[in-house]
Amino acid sequence: MGDAAATLCFGAAIDPALNARAHAFCAALAAAPPPGLLEWAPAFASVTLWHDPDVLPFAALEDLCHRLIAAPAPPRTGESHELPFCAEGDFAPDLAEVAQVNGLSPGAWLDAFAHITFDVHMLGFLPGFAYLGGLPPYLDAPRLATPRKTVPARSVAVADGMCAAYPFASPGGWRLVGRTPLKMFDARALRPTLLAPGDRVRWRRIGLDEFFELEGQWRD
Amino acid sequence: MARLIVEHPGLGVSIQDRGRPGWRKLGVPLSGALDQGWRAAANVLAGAPEEAAALECLLAAPILRFEQGPARVGLAGAFSGTLVRDGETRAIESWRGLLLQTGDRLALKLFRAPGYIAFSGGLDAPLALGARATYARAGLGRAVSRGDALVCADAEGEDRAAPPLAVGAGPLRFIPGPEAFPPETLETFVAARWTVRPESDRMGLRLSGPRLAHGPEGANIVSAGVAPGVIQVPGDGQPIVLRADGQTSGGYARLGCVISADLDRLAHVSPGEDVCFAPVDLAEAARARNLRRETFAAWRQMLRPVGGLDEEKLWSENLITGAILGE
Repeated sequence: MGDAAATLCFGAAIDPALNARAHAFCAALAAAPPPGLLEWAPAFASVTLWHDPDVLPFAALEDLCHRLIAAPAPPRTGESHELPFCAEGDFAPDLAEVAQVNGLSPGAWLDAFAHITFDVHMLGFLPGFAYLGGLPPYLDAPRLATPRKTVPARSVAVADGMCAAYPFASPGGWRLVGRTPLKMFDARALRPTLLAPGDRVRWRRIGLDEFFELEGQWRD
Repeated sequence: MARLIVEHPGLGVSIQDRGRPGWRKLGVPLSGALDQGWRAAANVLAGAPEEAAALECLLAAPILRFEQGPARVGLAGAFSGTLVRDGETRAIESWRGLLLQTGDRLALKLFRAPGYIAFSGGLDAPLALGARATYARAGLGRAVSRGDALVCADAEGEDRAAPPLAVGAGPLRFIPGPEAFPPETLETFVAARWTVRPESDRMGLRLSGPRLAHGPEGANIVSAGVAPGVIQVPGDGQPIVLRADGQTSGGYARLGCVISADLDRLAHVSPGEDVCFAPVDLAEAARARNLRRETFAAWRQMLRPVGGLDEEKLWSENLITGAILGE
């Protein structure tokens, strides 16, 4: 990708096995990053490496990739989170439709949703925006045909087999099924993002009272 | 320490440095100055380390009052302006390192983006995730607003001047890939003149021109990493060239990526203007990087105290800029 970055592809699908290979590769890289490798990031089925081509030329980077590509996956180290979300008020404008296309009532959809364990496949798009894989087909819905100009900050959304919470207000085309009271990104924290690649997430449904109480804990 | 007050913040003005590498795995964009060469040049003029933070101006320049001098200000870009000292107004030129005294008021006009204003010792601003670069959406770094106090180091000595640092001309050079596009699409991309659309910003240049056709895999990919310079082609066939604040990953097919040596040039194309592209290989990209380093080193050698013997002559003959433009 240009003269200062490269993408190593393991496949072209959203698949836990491909994602595990991307994470295993990153773990092997982190154990001994060569001079000139500036940073790297796992995606669903690939790893992008940004390098200084005058210190680490592309050919050397390619050699390195070939050496590490067969690295055995280390034991899983991600954290498990139980994150609160609220589907009341105007927090879940797309819930009724998402439930309906799956032949469920909104309540039944939310109950089933709260039983899913998601994997953080990658972070991207916005600081702290975690792509969660593992939304089963019986709860799924496609992206909106026309994206919203503004998705409110901390909206919990689903689309195309994935789930995510928007850390900041931004344009977006996923279906909004709730909102979390948690701060997803804090530049002043030692670990600035709530979620990291490799983490696991379950959603816990809360009411409006608890939502505002939790939100009040970090707001001002 | 010297201290200056922002009397008017201008428009599209932000504090930028070399960017914020190391956080892309968490979705945090690189950010930093759109033109790293001119940012470094402004620092050299100001007597600051090349890598220091400076003010980047994209639409209108700020008005600054020096509450506590003396400090040196380095101007890189198409600025003109006035300096008011002790009730007297004098015109000032860009590509200068000006020593400013307590009470001075510097009102700048920007004729063309981008412009960089640097300060002696480097503009002091709080670090966020290891960098001073502003990324407004996530509240990283800080916006420049009316009444802000900016701090830099004291300075002394004469004013300085240098010729403008050459930007480079000709098509923007790119390396094709990683996604495979049909050969006809690449031909169309290279043959066309692309107009920069008004909704372009620090995230990316949105271009309009002939519709680019995708290969059998279509416009969408499984989201993967991108970088400043990446040329994305969404479903409408109209390319987007990512800039410093570009997202860290994307789901649109990537036709190519502008080479490092030409990234700074992406700062100099404004809405309504045309750009075109030429494919190159890694060897050519390496030669271009070397030439760029040499160009900057040669430019540094041109730094002169103002009022020196041949300074005006040097400017009028434009010899240096000609030599630098040699590519």
